[in-house]
Amino acid sequence: MDPMPIPRDFLLPLPAAEGDLELALVVLFLAHILLVNLMLGGALLTLAAEVRGLTRPAYDRLARTIAATVTVNKSLAVVLGVGPLLAINALYGLWFYTANALTGRAWILLVPLIASAFLLLYLHKYTWDALAGRKGLHLAIGAAGTLLLLAAPLVFLANVNLMLFPGRWGEVRGFLSAVALANVLPRYLHFLLASLAVAALFLAGWLCRRGFDFAAELPGLDRVAVKRELLGVALGATAAQLLAGPLVLLTLPPHGLSWLLLGNLAVAIAFAAAALVLLWRESGIEGPLGPRFWLVVVLLGGTVGLMGLGRHLYREQALTPHRELVAAHTADFRAASLGAEMRLAAGTPRLGPGETAASPGEKIFRASCMACHDVETKRVGPPLREIAGIYAGNPDGLIAWVKAPGRKRAGYPEMPPITMQPPQYEAVAAYILDEVFATPSESG
Amino acid sequence: MDFPVFHLDFLGNRMLVAGIAVLHVFVNHPFAVGAMPLVAALEWSGWRRGDAGWDRLAYRILTVCFVVTTTVGALTGVGIWFATSLVNPAAIGSLIRVFFFAWFAEWLVFVTEVLCIMAYYLTWKPMAGRKGLHVALGAALAVASWVTMAIITAILGFMMDPGSWLERTSFLSGVFNPIYLPQLAFRTPLAMVAAGLLALFLAYFFTRGDDDLRRRAVRWLSLWSLAWLAPAAAGALWYWRAIPAWMAGNLPVALGTQRFAAWYDQLLVVLGVMVAAVLLTTLAGALLPRRLPRVALLVPFALTLVLLGSFERVREFIRKPYVVGEYMYANGVRVADLPLLKEEGILRHSAWARVRDITDANRPAAGAEVFRLACTRCHTASGVNSVFDRLTGLYGAGDWDRETVKYYLLGMHTARPYMPPFPGTDVEAGALADYLVTAQRSHEPVPGAQDVGLDGPAPAGGEV
Repeated sequence: MDPMPIPRDFLLPLPAAEGDLELALVVLFLAHILLVNLMLGGALLTLAAEVRGLTRPAYDRLARTIAATVTVNKSLAVVLGVGPLLAINALYGLWFYTANALTGRAWILLVPLIASAFLLLYLHKYTWDALAGRKGLHLAIGAAGTLLLLAAPLVFLANVNLMLFPGRWGEVRGFLSAVALANVLPRYLHFLLASLAVAALFLAGWLCRRGFDFAAELPGLDRVAVKRELLGVALGATAAQLLAGPLVLLTLPPHGLSWLLLGNLAVAIAFAAAALVLLWRESGIEGPLGPRFWLVVVLLGGTVGLMGLGRHLYREQALTPHRELVAAHTADFRAASLGAEMRLAAGTPRLGPGETAASPGEKIFRASCMACHDVETKRVGPPLREIAGIYAGNPDGLIAWVKAPGRKRAGYPEMPPITMQPPQYEAVAAYILDEVFATPSESG
Repeated sequence: MDFPVFHLDFLGNRMLVAGIAVLHVFVNHPFAVGAMPLVAALEWSGWRRGDAGWDRLAYRILTVCFVVTTTVGALTGVGIWFATSLVNPAAIGSLIRVFFFAWFAEWLVFVTEVLCIMAYYLTWKPMAGRKGLHVALGAALAVASWVTMAIITAILGFMMDPGSWLERTSFLSGVFNPIYLPQLAFRTPLAMVAAGLLALFLAYFFTRGDDDLRRRAVRWLSLWSLAWLAPAAAGALWYWRAIPAWMAGNLPVALGTQRFAAWYDQLLVVLGVMVAAVLLTTLAGALLPRRLPRVALLVPFALTLVLLGSFERVREFIRKPYVVGEYMYANGVRVADLPLLKEEGILRHSAWARVRDITDANRPAAGAEVFRLACTRCHTASGVNSVFDRLTGLYGAGDWDRETVKYYLLGMHTARPYMPPFPGTDVEAGALADYLVTAQRSHEPVPGAQDVGLDGPAPAGGEV
């Protein structure tokens, strides 16, 4: 076994220019991951608000309002995932599919996992009134759905991580060992914190939007207090990235690092730091949502965009050496394959070790007859010795039989009709009736 | 296949793809493609007559469709990709390179469809005062649902018969493959019939206690299904004729299984009886809605699911021995690479092979490796479609003769047109025969890369 497998790539051209596909991948993935953040963060905040609602019933209403956004965001998250999935399939199919296979059970379990999570979240949403008297059960349904949702990103992360390390493919033994590889868990933590921050920021904007009658929709709650709480969540989660971010960077295997990537990250961190300061000041203000909030959104949007670009830079850097090996191997294979095709067309295929040159009739016999007919003994059908005796001097009779085996004899299964070109019938008949008994039998 | 070999030795890999794909069709055709125009038409009909009970019935049917399509439907749709990327990455990766823009366009329509169903369902009550606009939204949703199916059908048709793509390899020559339009002409009315029967099934629950509404709903929905039944039959005929002759030869095995191939005629009769049952029930519903027993509403929908399931199984099976017609065999071997693999061997040309060179000492182990690479996309050792069961069917339960098995492997594609040719050297066929003969009694399950990675225990009969 090779220490690092060098497979051959697809032998069809990329469907579009590589740069365009890369751009599509980065942009479409960001759109997808933002919706995933909203869905996951929203589900967590729904639960948190519902728990608070146990003692302050006004929060139960808030939980329902948040749950309504999750209904839409979760479907958009799934449908927006298809675009980047398509792009990653086209660009990195070889690496991605390899990671999928090596984590196969977890990978395919994503389907029932996410479907069940969504069904549970619907159940949670549509039984809110019916289960009003059994809050424990209702919360348990929501928590079960959210827990299932929380498992899904771990599977995706394990895959996009594993595909970057062909040198480690040989060590992987199933999904759990892929999770333990490199820095999946720090990245997962980074992602969860981002989900909380993104969802809290979105909800602050959503609940304070013009046209939303806060007092009527959420009686008993104070708009400014809710805004401050949500911004507090965003602030806390983003501040925690000050720990999670360096953890991700430190555990990142170095083979994908580059100065370009580090410069990109430095700008992203500067944006995030500025956003943190503004967020801290905005969350302290006893008033409606100010313009500073939108500046925070822009800055954090910039951070997310730069992080997305950084992911791509890292991936390209990490995969380049293996990709070059694969490209060279693929070119060699293509040339060899064409060579063999041409030799076959010219009627001179190379023989494998231990093979002997055979007459045309013998080749056809081996390919089409030998599974059932031996020379001297009964295999599935009668031996050639017997057949040659029946049809001696009558090749046409033998050919007619082979084309349409008509009757059965006791103790033998029915022979299927054998279809081939007319000269092939003649060659194989000549082999059976003339050649095979002219030389010593080779069969064993 | 130049990928780690994902393999499920009990269920079989085909079952994984088939299970998810059939579930997706069960959801997609009745609950989306057929149901969306049906619900919009129901809503329109209720609005025109100012019938609040009718409107409520339409909304309830839509609720079921909304929940089912945005969970099981959406996830099984993506799941087909997940499953095929495990089971036959070579095939799905090749298809993506040919059909990237078709899938991309489908995705854009799919995004539209999801936005429409969110808007249509979630604004049903808020937009009660603007019914005209809301019905128009339903119509837009119906169009989007149909277009996503129309696009994916092109790809399914291509997998059966690429037509002129093999020479031209252009995107358009791939899309307008010979089977595309006939298959679409069959699927569209079939989805409409299925939706009508689904709605009949649901109406059974949603009209409890309102006999008048039930009678009118049963008549309306029966007429809907009946109206689509004739185009479905015409589409089926056209589709049947478009299937290439070499594929039609696979039909008996496709409809039954190998064991029941001889029952082909009887199976056709059973299918005919099922269609007749659907026809009779809907006729009765249209003419005598009062007489129709409630249970009768449940039967046709169940029958339609069986019909849909067998249709998909047939479609999957008859394209064998190819996974992409005349371009790639079911085991992921490119047709063009076969001569090279026959000269130099599949082990030598697989990056993930655990054995490269065959020696006298490692023959069964090397054969097990050949089995993993060349056979496990369709066959298992211990489970569904076990290679040992197939060989027992041929050569009986007694000890098999190694030479017999070897020559069977080398020639099986001539006697069994759905089998791809053996993609390796004669020596590899011999090693595979050694493995099969050695493991004839044990049926030791073959582990997949998802569990053992590159390593794993040595297969029966030798050291790796």
